[in-house]
Amino acid sequence: MVFNSEMAMETEDRRPKVTMEEYKIKENPNDYGFSDETFDREKFKKNLQIIPVKRVDYELEFDIIGLTPAIANAFRRVMISEVPTMAIEKVHIYNNTSIIQDEVLAHRIGLIPLKADPRLFEYKLDEKDEEGNELDTLEYRLDIKCSWKNKDVKDPRNIDAMYKNHNVYTEHIKWVPRGKQGTLFNESQVGPCDDKILISKMRPGHELNLKLLAIKGIGKDHAKFSPVSLASYKLLPEIKLLKQITGKDAYTLQKCFSPGVIEIDKGGCAYVKDARYDNCSRNVYRHPEIAKFVELTRIRNHFVFNVESLGAYKPEDIFVEAVKILKKKCVELLKELDFDGK
Amino acid sequence: MGKITELSSSENQTQNARTFVIENEGNTLGNVLKNIIANYSEVEFCGYTVPHPQESKIHFRIQTADNIKAIDILRRGLKDLEFICDEVIAASSSLDSL
Repeated sequence: MVFNSEMAMETEDRRPKVTMEEYKIKENPNDYGFSDETFDREKFKKNLQIIPVKRVDYELEFDIIGLTPAIANAFRRVMISEVPTMAIEKVHIYNNTSIIQDEVLAHRIGLIPLKADPRLFEYKLDEKDEEGNELDTLEYRLDIKCSWKNKDVKDPRNIDAMYKNHNVYTEHIKWVPRGKQGTLFNESQVGPCDDKILISKMRPGHELNLKLLAIKGIGKDHAKFSPVSLASYKLLPEIKLLKQITGKDAYTLQKCFSPGVIEIDKGGCAYVKDARYDNCSRNVYRHPEIAKFVELTRIRNHFVFNVESLGAYKPEDIFVEAVKILKKKCVELLKELDFDGK
Repeated sequence: MGKITELSSSENQTQNARTFVIENEGNTLGNVLKNIIANYSEVEFCGYTVPHPQESKIHFRIQTADNIKAIDILRRGLKDLEFICDEVIAASSSLDSL
């Protein structure tokens, strides 16, 4: 981790801030901080900093310093709705004798996140071509039948002993490689992101025979193509105590913030441990005698991004892909302007 | 990707005040581009609108001071946004380190 708290303290006062008072912000309404400055390439390059903070499985938290809200929001929007993934688009139902209706089943299956790396596939351009080809389509089969395991079991709570295949999970979906796909990928690279997503429940006699076709698409078209379950940003909160707060007040103060934000040292004196995860509730203003000595601010150009991938990409790749897509939009429009010579 | 044309049948179209129509784009590109362009000192007005939520296009208006072409400002805005993206991509290599 590059982040150094001492370094932050040193530069602290030069950072643009917004101060949160009880009902409004302290700054003048026409004070846009740095957001109404003319864009300057050198300055942007100098100020820009990207710092990874925390990674848990497929979740990534990182800081970007030196952006304006408009740019940060463009990145967020592109991550959600324009970074492509593979998702099941066509479900051919040969047999479905289960309780769940064909169209509901097809919809449920479409929402299953797939691990396949969309960068290795092309968009399917021909709408009329139902089957697609090996470059743009992944094919799966789901063939499963529920049957009796032991008819002597009478206890309805013990259904695992009574039936076989009564729960249909994503692990029952089998990949059918097409053409060269079999040599390029293996099943664990293109299958569903999780083995235990429940698709349907069945009883003896119920049967499913389905062919599933997955294509590449973007979240703008359908949410199932979105690569993230969460992509958000917030401004970094900062809390300052202007006076030593001790005794009972220290505990009252602690309760006003999210857990872990305010801690109390051995001498019973409250200190700010980590304002990053505060939810900025402003609860402290319910205690005017304490609030006088507390300053709640946010750093105006310090964005805390949270990206939670569904499994097709690593979260940092989603971010980089999003920026690339935004860049591509600019490049294409510039090309067109030059071509037309308007 | 976006296709760029110009709003026809408008008497308010001159070299330094024009409304561009960008197809297949929305608030994602419109807002960030507007924020960059509106802060240029030569620009008197810059704004955009999504005329109808079911049509995927934006109207992007730029009005500039005399003897500066609106289209040059649009070009500069797009180049600056491209520069921002390049810098962010370069800086985000640090994300792999965690």
